[in-house]
Amino acid sequence: MRAYKDKKNVQAKAYYNDRFFVSPQIPKDEVAKDEVFAKDVEELKSAFSIGETYIQREQLVIYIDAKDIVKVMTFLRDKLSYNFLSELSAIDWLAKSGEFEIFYQMLSTSKRKRMRVKFFIKEKEEIQSVTGVYKSADWAEREMYDMFGVKITGHHYMKRILMPDDWHDHPLRKTYPLHGDEEAQWYEIDKIFGREYRDIIGPEERDPAKIVEKDTHNFARIKHEVPFGAEYSEEPTDNDYQEEGGIPIVRKLSKKDVKILKERP
Amino acid sequence: MQKVNRLQPFFENLVFEREDNHMIVNFGPQHPSSHGQLRLILELDGELVTKATPDVGYLHRGMEKMAENMIYNEFLPTTDRMDYIASTSNNYGFALAVEKLIDLDVPRRAKVIRMLLLELSRITSHLFWIAAHALDVGAMTVFLYAFREREYAMDLFEDYCGARLTHSAVRIGGVPLDLPKGWTNSLMKFINELPAAIETYEGLLDQNRIWKMRLEDVGVISPEMAQSWGCSGPMLRGSGIAWDIRKEEPYELYDEIEFDVPVSDRCDSYGRYKLHMQEMRESLKILKQLVPMYGETSPELMANAPKYISAPKEQVMTQNYSLMQHFVLVTQGMRPPVGEVYVATESPKGELGFYINSQGDPYPYRLKLRAPSFWHTSILQEVLPGQYLADVVTIIGNANIVFGEIDR
Repeated sequence: MRAYKDKKNVQAKAYYNDRFFVSPQIPKDEVAKDEVFAKDVEELKSAFSIGETYIQREQLVIYIDAKDIVKVMTFLRDKLSYNFLSELSAIDWLAKSGEFEIFYQMLSTSKRKRMRVKFFIKEKEEIQSVTGVYKSADWAEREMYDMFGVKITGHHYMKRILMPDDWHDHPLRKTYPLHGDEEAQWYEIDKIFGREYRDIIGPEERDPAKIVEKDTHNFARIKHEVPFGAEYSEEPTDNDYQEEGGIPIVRKLSKKDVKILKERP
Repeated sequence: MQKVNRLQPFFENLVFEREDNHMIVNFGPQHPSSHGQLRLILELDGELVTKATPDVGYLHRGMEKMAENMIYNEFLPTTDRMDYIASTSNNYGFALAVEKLIDLDVPRRAKVIRMLLLELSRITSHLFWIAAHALDVGAMTVFLYAFREREYAMDLFEDYCGARLTHSAVRIGGVPLDLPKGWTNSLMKFINELPAAIETYEGLLDQNRIWKMRLEDVGVISPEMAQSWGCSGPMLRGSGIAWDIRKEEPYELYDEIEFDVPVSDRCDSYGRYKLHMQEMRESLKILKQLVPMYGETSPELMANAPKYISAPKEQVMTQNYSLMQHFVLVTQGMRPPVGEVYVATESPKGELGFYINSQGDPYPYRLKLRAPSFWHTSILQEVLPGQYLADVVTIIGNANIVFGEIDR
């Protein structure tokens, strides 16, 4: 019987774990430690229902309700002068709790502060687009949908951005293997040659570490390739040096005629 | 019934319909002026662009996915392939993010060397930018001149780390090598020669009638637009917003160095061109101040943090415990604490951010790369409409986008 492997998270895992090793935590400081953040959180709390708030590595992190996102973003931009949405994306916690964690990385150039707005959503839950507040969310949300399959409502052009439109599955999910799934290895064959050529061509090799029967290690030896591990053949080929054959321009290099420069002119 | 004045060739899944003056043009992905694999679907009315839809993803390698499957040190050379014009800035952004995650302070000499490399890569990037941009607009001479100077800068990189394009010359915890003998002398020579070269470019372009006609009032980005679209770097400063992360949230030794942040409130391509030229001069200023600082530092290059960073080579070769730790760090990788960081640095293109979510494993649980070019490409859909087809090339070239970091 084959050993059971967890399919919920197929990413690389540590080969060895010390039983007694406990990872330290990056400290989560109280919001009161920073005046500017304390004031921001106070104002936010008076207007919205705010979950956990803390400061980690000089940046404020707040958890909000998924439903409030557009209102919170508008509030942050207009009232608290967070004028940039620098980044937004998701984190896949499906294996652990069936949830996505969405984060919005904000920047205020007037306060010189950065903060992160976060919330959790269930796998099939839809979130509202914030493109109406920050236009930079346009492509970032498309990328989030492309990579995680997070559904977004109210976006004007919700379409995959990096992967092809007809790609199967969302590559940054933890269930998606690094070298692509079964669909991925047939994608180009189907697309270029057609499905009926699957048997003739075979699946695409998506593992860059795979050793094929030709020795590709000495790739400079064109036409001298031999099966992996075999001796090289020294048989001359038509790629060999051809001065004697009569190419007039190519001359053999002699060391006497060469001038070596000490440094660039 | 046959329609008059109607052409219907097919390309991929897109229909080119032409009715009188309306036309859809597929620009790229293989176009010399698209600076990589940018596909633009342009809807034209005569020569006027009415709608532009950028399409990216032709160079997508899944770097974020790769990061989740690599130990931290393994991922560092991959970052070279993001903005390959200035790869040290990516290496550094990643190294700084991990250092912030594990709360590590880097020796002073390493800081100086990092800054030297960062500013030098800013200069190479800007030289490449002016070369390619001028070539797009039609000034072949500038291309040749700028590439000549860039070659000297690349030589400096080659002397330091052996690589010219993909340096990987920054490590998590410091730098692997000290500067070779005489490197600062060749750097000083470069510093002394470049200002004259920059003047040559400006002499060729500043008052050039064609250059001015093609850049002035082309690709106007208002300050509001720049903020809303998340612009950064020269794209933001070209719209009159003085925001340079080196100045505002100083990392390394930027707070000890005197330099100005050039800002232009012209909001157009010409303003951004002047800005790039000025930024090169500022970088030279920084480099000049760094050279004496280098001499004053003590020779440590890597931080001393046995939990995360291997000991120096002599120690690994002589001390048993250091060797064991080195073995564990190489085969299993470091295990940073549980938590998350977002670290932004000022790369030549803009704000380069690394978001790392660590769950205490040797592999990051989630790593998000915030590449400035991605956001500068998305703004094209608002900047291009209303411009002429010929200006499209100017605007793309001016945005300084590199597809390695857009598609990641």
